[in-house]
Amino acid sequence: MKASSQRRLEVAMPWLVIAGILIVWQGAVMLFGIQPFVLPSPTAILNAFFEHRAPIIQHASFTLMNTMIGFALGILFGVVLGVVIGSYRLIYVGLYPVLIGFNSIPKVAVVPILVLWLGIGQPTAIATAFLLSFFPIAVNVATGLATVEPELEDVLRSLGATKRDLLFKVGLPRAMPYFFASLKVSITLAFIGAVIAETIASNDGIGYLMLQASSQFRIPLMFAGVIVIALMGIATYLVFAYIERRMTGWATRGRNLQAAGG
Amino acid sequence: MNEFVKLEDVALRYGGPDGTLALDGTSMSIAKGQFAAVVGPSGCGKSSLMKLVTGLNPPSAGAVSVAGEKVEGPLKIVGMAFQNPTLLPWRPLLSNVMLPLEIVEPHRRRFRSHAAEYTARARNLLRMVGLDEFENKHPWMLSGGMQQRANLCRSLIHEPELLMLDEPFGALDAFTREELWSILQSIWMTRQFTTILVTHDLREATYLADVIFVMSARPGRVIATHEVDLPRPRTIETTFDPKFIEIVHTIRNEIAQIRNEGKAAAQDLKVA
Repeated sequence: MKASSQRRLEVAMPWLVIAGILIVWQGAVMLFGIQPFVLPSPTAILNAFFEHRAPIIQHASFTLMNTMIGFALGILFGVVLGVVIGSYRLIYVGLYPVLIGFNSIPKVAVVPILVLWLGIGQPTAIATAFLLSFFPIAVNVATGLATVEPELEDVLRSLGATKRDLLFKVGLPRAMPYFFASLKVSITLAFIGAVIAETIASNDGIGYLMLQASSQFRIPLMFAGVIVIALMGIATYLVFAYIERRMTGWATRGRNLQAAGG
Repeated sequence: MNEFVKLEDVALRYGGPDGTLALDGTSMSIAKGQFAAVVGPSGCGKSSLMKLVTGLNPPSAGAVSVAGEKVEGPLKIVGMAFQNPTLLPWRPLLSNVMLPLEIVEPHRRRFRSHAAEYTARARNLLRMVGLDEFENKHPWMLSGGMQQRANLCRSLIHEPELLMLDEPFGALDAFTREELWSILQSIWMTRQFTTILVTHDLREATYLADVIFVMSARPGRVIATHEVDLPRPRTIETTFDPKFIEIVHTIRNEIAQIRNEGKAAAQDLKVA
């Protein structure tokens, strides 16, 4: 069947692309004799990973923990903020410029300030992950709430629905697809936040490991660190993409389901 | 006449004292159990009328009363349906239809304890509009006409005494629309709730209504009232009845005249 082979190709495509990149990379390094301290080959990176797997895993799990704690705080704060700015026009109008301004600040610039307040190490990494991750969540939840049809609001308000009814029966369920979509974006941002903070001000974590490797010219180890971050990013993204599909199938209109005629 | 809905010299202005005057000096009265239609050129404040009668907007002048009481806030005895079906996409049809019961008192309090009774009520309504097989389907799996039928069920589930319809069939194709006229008429004939239908379709108004109010261009005002004393149940055959055609023609002429006057006024304004 043509359709099923198309589908199989779709599933295989990401792996084919990754394999392709690795082959070209390995080939280029070998062909042009590129020195490992400029660009190590994938096999050299793999070797470095196995050689140093204990510290890599230890630092990576530290980063993962910081990311997750920061991300969890980001979800909490982001949802509350999103509900508030999505429900109250005045607060939305008042806060919007401040939020835009805040979001335009490169978070690298904030890390030294956080160090001043929270010291070097875990709290700063968590705070940076939090600061990067809450914004998309808040904006998306607010957007979801703001897109409730005015007619539906009229129908329910004429029945005596309170603001709370509208929020729980209509607003929040409507915002769910936006919320889960924002989780996928935010989790990767949380990783970036945690690694930035660790690079600047930490004695643990994958960011610190890479900085150390860089100062000792152990370039394959550095690349191993980068790859590990990417893998963790992809893994967490997939987890949230899966949760999104499970929770809000109605929003993607269940592409596999058939519509009834009539 | 037993007046159920009464508007006395009502005006509605949006956006402060210098805002747009949507309605001005509108008076109408509708008897209990009557089916009223409101027609007029676009922008004549038909939808504003809906908001006034349901208590979503207070009038800027005049008085609105429903069931003998002055309307001062949202009315719980009202069911509403709009052109956009606005069903909740995450809920299957049955629980979509039951949504008002989760909100309006006293059903809200009894919702959990009387779940079986309410479910039966919703199923019964779905059967009346021919959707009983689809109660577990999600709205996006249904056609526009089916969604609009479910919307009608939702507006009737709490057994409102007053049904407000704002161009409910406006986005449907002609065949589906005529099918829904007949469904709505048969539900109305069994339940006898008072209905106000806002529409721009004159055939729809004449098919469904006992009384038709023709409104002028903005600011809206009732300029003519037509009683439609065609026998019920009306069918598509009725729409070819000379009497039916005559009513539609009369109203069409009235509205054409309003539109021409509006254009002439705009011309005068340009010249002056």
